[in-house]
Amino acid sequence: MVRTSPLLRLVLRTVVVGYLVLLVAWPVSLVATHTFDDGFSALSKAFADPEVIHALKLTAVVALSSVAINLVFGVTISLLLVRYEFPGKRLLSALVDVPLSVSPVVVGLALLLVYNPRSGWLGPALADAGVQVIFSTPGMVLATTFVALPLVIREVVPVLEEIGDDQEWAARSLGASSFQTLRRITLPGVKWALVYGVVLALARSLGEYGAVKVVSGNVVGSTQTATLLVDQRYQNFDQPTAYAISFLLAVASVVCIVIVSVLRPKQEA
Amino acid sequence: MSQATSALPREDAGRAVREHRPARSVNALGRGSALALGTSLIWFSLLVLIPLAAVVVQATTGGWSGFWHTLTNPQTLSALKLTVGESLLVTALNVVMGTTIAWVLVRDRFPGAAILDVVIDLPFALPTIVAGLVLLLLYGPRSPLGIDVANARPAVFLALAFVTLPFVVRTTQPVLEELDRDVEEAASSLGASSATTFRRVILPSLVPAIAAGAALSFARAISEYGSLVLLSGNRPFKTEVASVRIIGYIEGDNLAAASVIASVLLVVALVVIVVLDLIQRRVSRRG
Repeated sequence: MVRTSPLLRLVLRTVVVGYLVLLVAWPVSLVATHTFDDGFSALSKAFADPEVIHALKLTAVVALSSVAINLVFGVTISLLLVRYEFPGKRLLSALVDVPLSVSPVVVGLALLLVYNPRSGWLGPALADAGVQVIFSTPGMVLATTFVALPLVIREVVPVLEEIGDDQEWAARSLGASSFQTLRRITLPGVKWALVYGVVLALARSLGEYGAVKVVSGNVVGSTQTATLLVDQRYQNFDQPTAYAISFLLAVASVVCIVIVSVLRPKQEA
Repeated sequence: MSQATSALPREDAGRAVREHRPARSVNALGRGSALALGTSLIWFSLLVLIPLAAVVVQATTGGWSGFWHTLTNPQTLSALKLTVGESLLVTALNVVMGTTIAWVLVRDRFPGAAILDVVIDLPFALPTIVAGLVLLLLYGPRSPLGIDVANARPAVFLALAFVTLPFVVRTTQPVLEELDRDVEEAASSLGASSATTFRRVILPSLVPAIAAGAALSFARAISEYGSLVLLSGNRPFKTEVASVRIIGYIEGDNLAAASVIASVLLVVALVVIVVLDLIQRRVSRRG
């Protein structure tokens, strides 16, 4: 390998550590110190606030629903993409990545155009059937599901490709039904990839802001999620509550990353 | 590699044994899997394809002149210019810093490097609104460093640098780990300086990974919204980016104009996906 001089090595190390501290570590740690400026009072005040509790509950409901949906469709689409042949497969494979690079605001706008009850493509028909999508929970679940859609698929597809289908062939030839093969062979094989995918999707879903802002209407105490509440409280000079909720969200995302980074090497070994 | 080559004969053997059956019963669509495909496609269409198509259709309702009129609105034009300009700058920064970070992580393991790994992933997982808030704490009016960029142009650059940090690192790192060190040994034993070895041996094999990371970070930067809300102040002609402009049009109930900008962003996103697909296929063909 290239023998970098110890001096260059030290310089590079310092530059990298300095950059990461100034850009990420220091700012993120400040939200913790600001939350605990007055001991636990900011957190306890936040937890005593019914609007905060409502927002946290709503965030949990929306995030868990969208993770569940993405888990089911993520596994199904991954299996179809890797194990089956059908026309349009490459197109589908490229299209499932679209949500990763589309602006959350565009996602919100797109859903608004189709599902708003006044002039949307499908909204009026759904409204007649008594289903309100925009400005209510289903719309927020849709928006969150959209932005987190590729995460499970991107984790599962490479693992499915790597483990191959020999064991599935073997199981089928020994008389297992396709459902048994899925449950006993395929799913255990991609177990860890599913865990990462779900954790990443959960982190993304808990923190979605732009798309949810557009479709939710941001009604206090009704369709306001944790991220929307951070924005509103900060702008209305209730900084302690904004810091407290941000702190909770930051802890959740750190936990998600640590889970993934602790689990990941085990699978490679 | 050996796996891929050995898989072929085995698959052929399997097919020969089952010759009396309709070919490849596992891989052809059966009734169950066809149902699964149909359901997935309907879901995918309702969630992604139809809504995105609606954006494009809505954008064209005003015809070409309406489209052009919205795009050339001075405030919109300034927002688009700012977005593209800052995204290019941030992408350039990421190409340099991302490659350096990946290099240090792979070649210079030191105590505490594991913590850096978590720090690099933080911008992926941290809610964007929280990202804006934490940057405001260090680089806002109450900055312990005495640096206040809030509501000014550098704030846009800062927020974009934060949210796009992981892309180049995470695409380059695995390639750097797999790099064959014998070739580097050979180069330096033949008298190449370490700078030459880096430029002529290492860099060429990293270029596709860096390009992929750069494309991802450009796409992310151009579409960023959440982290800018609190930090940049969204001042028209000064710090207003394309996404904020779209929100402005939506709140003003001008969905057609919002769709025009949205479809521009959408085209950029699609171009990035195509570029990534091309890079990936070139790399896998080279093996």
